[in-house]
Amino acid sequence: MHPAFFYLFAAVAVIGAGALVAFRNPVSSAMAMVASFVGLAALFVGLNAYFIGIIQILVYAGAIMVLFLFIIMLLDLKPEKRRKVSHPGLLLAGLVIPLLFVVQLCGVLPAVPDGDPEPLALQEAAKSFDEKKNAEIHRSLSEGSLPDVNLIGLTMFGNKGDNKSIATPGYNFPLQIVGVLLLVATVGVVALSMKRKPSESEH
Amino acid sequence: MASLQEYLFISGLLFAIGFAGVLLRRNIIVIFMCLELMLSAANLTLVAFSRFNTGPNGLPDYNGQVLVFFIITVAAAEVAVGLAIIVALYRARQTTDVEDLTSMRG
Repeated sequence: MHPAFFYLFAAVAVIGAGALVAFRNPVSSAMAMVASFVGLAALFVGLNAYFIGIIQILVYAGAIMVLFLFIIMLLDLKPEKRRKVSHPGLLLAGLVIPLLFVVQLCGVLPAVPDGDPEPLALQEAAKSFDEKKNAEIHRSLSEGSLPDVNLIGLTMFGNKGDNKSIATPGYNFPLQIVGVLLLVATVGVVALSMKRKPSESEH
Repeated sequence: MASLQEYLFISGLLFAIGFAGVLLRRNIIVIFMCLELMLSAANLTLVAFSRFNTGPNGLPDYNGQVLVFFIITVAAAEVAVGLAIIVALYRARQTTDVEDLTSMRG
């Protein structure tokens, strides 16, 4: 990804995040957040993570933000009125602590390598995948395109390949647990939204 | 392409902005949105490391991206439950301003 694109999408993400914090109207904040997520998804695609980029748009910008907007509209939230801050120290803390965090981050950054990533050697990588067992992956890599959905599937569901370097145990059990988590969340949402019946009789 | 340092800096900056939003804003839904922003910033860190640490066959290490997949799923579940709690709170207190919720204040 050309550095110009990186700076452009990083600017979109950061300015969207800043607008999210700054706007008074919650609908404007939600729209700014969608813009920030689009910038983030573009950064993901630039990192050759095409599946994660699309999932970010579909799930985060497409479902989570729509849910937020739905709840904002349901509760009919008005823009925040300017009110006297109860404790001016809170305002100062809210600005100083994240600033300290960024300074600390800059202190830690030199520990990671500073340079462009290695370009992916796709044709070489095609050799480590068996032509019959991982036919789709082998074909895509030989043609020079990265089949990251297939590779993520291989990592997630496990692969007892002949090649020891790509054998992975898989994340089957966590996947099932996340499925149960989603079910429990659905039941929880329904339980939380039920209106309480009055316990005493009204006669 | 930008270096790993720049990706991590952007991710840390997004996390700090989300953190500032959680501390500074009073509307509980905006606080919740800033929380999701912090989660997304962590996703960016994971994907950046996944791309920059290539495995033995020269391809990115996809364990990071599998974790991002799980994080996005769990974030979706968390948003659903969190918003249900917020709606229940609004029904009980008729306000979304956290300064008005003082019943647990010491």
